[in-house]
Amino acid sequence: MKLLPLLMTCLRALVRNPMRAALTILGIIIGIASVVAIMEIGEGSKKQIKEQIASIGADTVIIRPASITKAGVNTGMGGRASIYPEDSDAIQEECRETVLLSSPVVRASGQIVVGNQNWSPGEIAGGNENYFKINSWSIDKGRFYNKKDVESSARVCLIGQTIAKELFADEDPVGKDLRIKDVAFTVIGVLAGKGSGMMGDDQDDVVLLPWTSIRSRLMGSSNEATISTPTSSQSTSEYSSYSTFASSEVNFYPGADLQPYTNTPHPLRFRTVDMLAVQIRNKEDANPAMDEMTKVLRRRHGLVVGELDDFSMFDRAQISKMVTSTSETMSGLLLAVAMISLVVGGVGIMNIMMVSVTERTREIGLRMAVGARPRDIMWQFLLEAVLLCTAGGFLGIGLGRCVSAVVSAKMGWPVSTSPGAMALSVAVAATIGIIFGWYPAHKASQLDPIDALRHE
Amino acid sequence: MIELRDITKVYKLGEIDLPVLKGISLCINDGEFVSLTGASGSGKSTLMNILGCLDHPTAGEFIIDGKDVAGLNANERALLRNRRIGFVFQNFNLLPRTSALENVMMPASYAHPAPSTAQTHERAVALLELVGLSDRLHHTPAQLSGGQQQRVAIARSLINNPGILLADEPTGNLDSTTSVEVLNMFKQLNRQQGITVILVTHDPKIAAFTDRAINMADGLITEGISSELHPIDA
Repeated sequence: MKLLPLLMTCLRALVRNPMRAALTILGIIIGIASVVAIMEIGEGSKKQIKEQIASIGADTVIIRPASITKAGVNTGMGGRASIYPEDSDAIQEECRETVLLSSPVVRASGQIVVGNQNWSPGEIAGGNENYFKINSWSIDKGRFYNKKDVESSARVCLIGQTIAKELFADEDPVGKDLRIKDVAFTVIGVLAGKGSGMMGDDQDDVVLLPWTSIRSRLMGSSNEATISTPTSSQSTSEYSSYSTFASSEVNFYPGADLQPYTNTPHPLRFRTVDMLAVQIRNKEDANPAMDEMTKVLRRRHGLVVGELDDFSMFDRAQISKMVTSTSETMSGLLLAVAMISLVVGGVGIMNIMMVSVTERTREIGLRMAVGARPRDIMWQFLLEAVLLCTAGGFLGIGLGRCVSAVVSAKMGWPVSTSPGAMALSVAVAATIGIIFGWYPAHKASQLDPIDALRHE
Repeated sequence: MIELRDITKVYKLGEIDLPVLKGISLCINDGEFVSLTGASGSGKSTLMNILGCLDHPTAGEFIIDGKDVAGLNANERALLRNRRIGFVFQNFNLLPRTSALENVMMPASYAHPAPSTAQTHERAVALLELVGLSDRLHHTPAQLSGGQQQRVAIARSLINNPGILLADEPTGNLDSTTSVEVLNMFKQLNRQQGITVILVTHDPKIAAFTDRAINMADGLITEGISSELHPIDA
């Protein structure tokens, strides 16, 4: 039998009983709709996670000092003071093939005061002039600090949206002063909002300063209690004079308080930084960059073969992979449930096809009598089931898209259309039609025309 | 030319063999108008099923157009039925909620090689005209009277140009006036187009209408084995 008349025959049979056809495919419609809705919501959240990851800098590698054990006590990660700002420059110079930008990072904690307001920000961090690019910050108002600001330990800072809102309310913060630990900094810019990070932290609750300014002007460094390793740094002589001055118990200048001290650069703190943030060229595979940087750092730190690294590297893309895989597991699970409903829908199709075969036994007998071969009958019923399921698939896609549109509108969940999911749904529906339509169709084709014609 | 040589049909009921046809030999020439009669249980229906290639005999030769078709499988029998035999049933067996035209066209879709839809359509219209239903092309069976339905069924049986028309109690569900109309139609087809018509019936009056009555009893033919020996025609 040719395809076109066969198709017409099937369509006519379905149109003869539209209500039943509609009810039969309801299961498939619901199944496909839930698959499509879940896929779209899953795709949306995956996209959102990707954006969040991009906002924290998925292509960055963090280099921290390794731990050290002294007198039986392990300091934990970053306990050593082994990362130098010069390492950052060296990485940027020597690993050009794999590394885009590099910045030393120092962190501080403390309270910000503006007028009679105060606020303890989530993060006070300092980097060089490339730090914004590495961490993919963009500017809302004002400007970033530049190389000159970094070199001169300028008293400038940028603040995140949260701080701008908390401390400056409706005013424009640019050009205003704020104090961190009694040191005044001028706000030169406001960062554009990033929203919450992957772990729910507020990424806009941040103050960014030149790292030199933190080192020299703010005391509270997380490196204060670290154990210094011997180093060939160039500034040891300056260190001793300031140290003598600062720790002197003799008060040569009565009336002087801590203010001049905090306003004066402290070379001691220049020697090491908390960590390095490195933006790499290939965010898919951080390993080549990490290998190259390891080589550079080992050489610079004078480590011989067999000696352990005095630093550790952490590829931020790993976080993103972890979170992505979690969300994928969740949507996979939901998809499995939706698939079960599809199978149930398929059983419904099978049931109705069985009824239909019984009901149309006479018709089958007649068709066989006038020359339909068993395989013609088989094809007719199989195609009918596949047509039903495919129609259910298309209707399900429509319904599923409506559901995801409602979900995104009412609950604010991100959704993303995925043409692949839709094509897959139709394919799955047709497959279900074949699987569950096969048995009834086979049964129909095995009928004896004589008995079938006599069937009441 | 249809020839049956020593056809037997045995049904197995569990352990017991139930012979229904006990060695039938019969010859029906092309263009004959015959009836097949017999009481119920005489094996009339079984013989009709074998003649219609719906069933195969247990033993014996069944020759249509010089070829033994007794050993054909289900697929081959289906093709043979499609090409050579037109069926008319007592209860019309039209597809419900399907127009007369589409009912008539239906068997053509199983033909090999399949004719084009346009050709089939044209032929179906012509056939419906032949049976006098050119104004009922798009009526469904529910909108047609019994006689009209049977005429649609006759048109359907002719769509593939069969040489043989097998009618099983074609007037069983019709009143006497319509019955005569339908029987005349068979006669007309036989006389004008040379189609072999086999009417299966229990009614002696209808049997008398045909050229030759084949009567069956207890699995054997009692009358009308060959047209030469028992001419019924008056």
